[in-house]
Amino acid sequence: MTALDLSVITHNLNYLLVKGLGLTIELTMICAAAGLVLGGVLAVLRLYGPAWLRLSVAAYVNLIRSIPLLLVIFWFYFLVPYVIAWVTRAPNPVQLNAFVSAMVTFTLFEACYYCEILRAGLQSISTGQKFAAQALGLSQIDVMRCVLLPQALKSVTPILMLQIIVLFQDISLVYVLSLTDFVGAATQLAQQQNRLVEVYLFVALVYFVICFSATKGIRHLQLRLANQ
Amino acid sequence: MNYRWDWAVFYDISADGTSTYLQNMFAGMGWTIATAIVSTILALAIGVVVGLMRVSQSRSIRALGAAYVEVFRDIPLLVQMFVWFFVVPELLPSAIGTWIKGLTYGPFITAALSLGLYAAARVAEQTRAAIQALPTGQLMAALALGLKRSTAFRTVILPQALRIIVPPLTSEIVNIVKNTSLGMTIGMMELTARAREMQESSFHTFEAFLAATAGYLAINLVIISVMRLSERRLGKSKKPAPIAILNQEVLS
Repeated sequence: MTALDLSVITHNLNYLLVKGLGLTIELTMICAAAGLVLGGVLAVLRLYGPAWLRLSVAAYVNLIRSIPLLLVIFWFYFLVPYVIAWVTRAPNPVQLNAFVSAMVTFTLFEACYYCEILRAGLQSISTGQKFAAQALGLSQIDVMRCVLLPQALKSVTPILMLQIIVLFQDISLVYVLSLTDFVGAATQLAQQQNRLVEVYLFVALVYFVICFSATKGIRHLQLRLANQ
Repeated sequence: MNYRWDWAVFYDISADGTSTYLQNMFAGMGWTIATAIVSTILALAIGVVVGLMRVSQSRSIRALGAAYVEVFRDIPLLVQMFVWFFVVPELLPSAIGTWIKGLTYGPFITAALSLGLYAAARVAEQTRAAIQALPTGQLMAALALGLKRSTAFRTVILPQALRIIVPPLTSEIVNIVKNTSLGMTIGMMELTARAREMQESSFHTFEAFLAATAGYLAINLVIISVMRLSERRLGKSKKPAPIAILNQEVLS
């Protein structure tokens, strides 16, 4: 065992944290926001849509949730170019760059998990709420928008936020698309300088500090919400 | 669209020159299942112990259990695997490190070990939640009958708690199967890796990925059926509300 040499970290902090971790955080925020919107739409369709739509949403959500994320990443990486070519009637598959592909993949993937969380939230609201809103003369959409969704969102906010932390950790898998996210940047650096020990320990520590404090914060919020 | 489907490609000899793609896919599935089994056993054994530590009377043992859960939950599994594979052998005395690096099934052992330790943190949380969900009267009554605390846990608390964790455990085992795919990043030729390999050498992308998808669905279907059966054998436990299940799934 050789002594740890931390200069490889201190000299490359900018590359690791700004470029690498920056990309991870950027992807997390984009996909969490887009996934939440899409997940909300899926949840409403799955609960209140016509039968064929309910079934297809359920099939999609269950399929994505039962295969590994790595396989989902590969699926979308190779499938989306064909879908775009089909939609735009291009003769050949339209190759996306890895960043856009990861963005699309994680949005569609996270939407499934958000859909399930929101569905549980919507189902936990007593049916009286819906009937009362209808009795007051609110339209179908207003019942959803002003009465049901706000209450569902409030009850599942802590779970949604914990799911964002899970997403933040899952983003590390874009490594297989050779993107320079935090793990990707670290791997490049580690192999270039032959300093795997220091670099990977640093990566683990940074992830731990971020996720640990974020989880603690969310639990705090959850307690406050529960005590209200 | 000009994708040319050809299912006969599975009978072609793969890039290694000896086995067909079909044989490779089944070999990959074998590694996936083997890893999942070893990881599940590890996760259950360690998870239940850590879960018990978290409800211990001793403050320091509780803290130790909590530390385990936090460390293994707050670092992405991919990073944990890299740490076990690339970092730990370097930190050990060099003779042991060299021996570990020379192991034939190094990637398999590393993947199964890191996945097992990772899943154990989640099983620990499920065990703790289940124990805390039991009415406190159960423990008090057992103690009042003169049972030692350890006997009370072994014969009264744990049997009931384990019954409660069967449903969340099912989704945890499905998670373990899915997460075995991360083994490919340290060179284990499991199902996803085999599909990727076939895609790269035969260019039949969608046949390869469809086969892998079917493989995972088949494994997960078996797990869910077996667990349903064992749930019925163990007797019906009261089904918690969907939101409680979700809470447990995401929080644990």
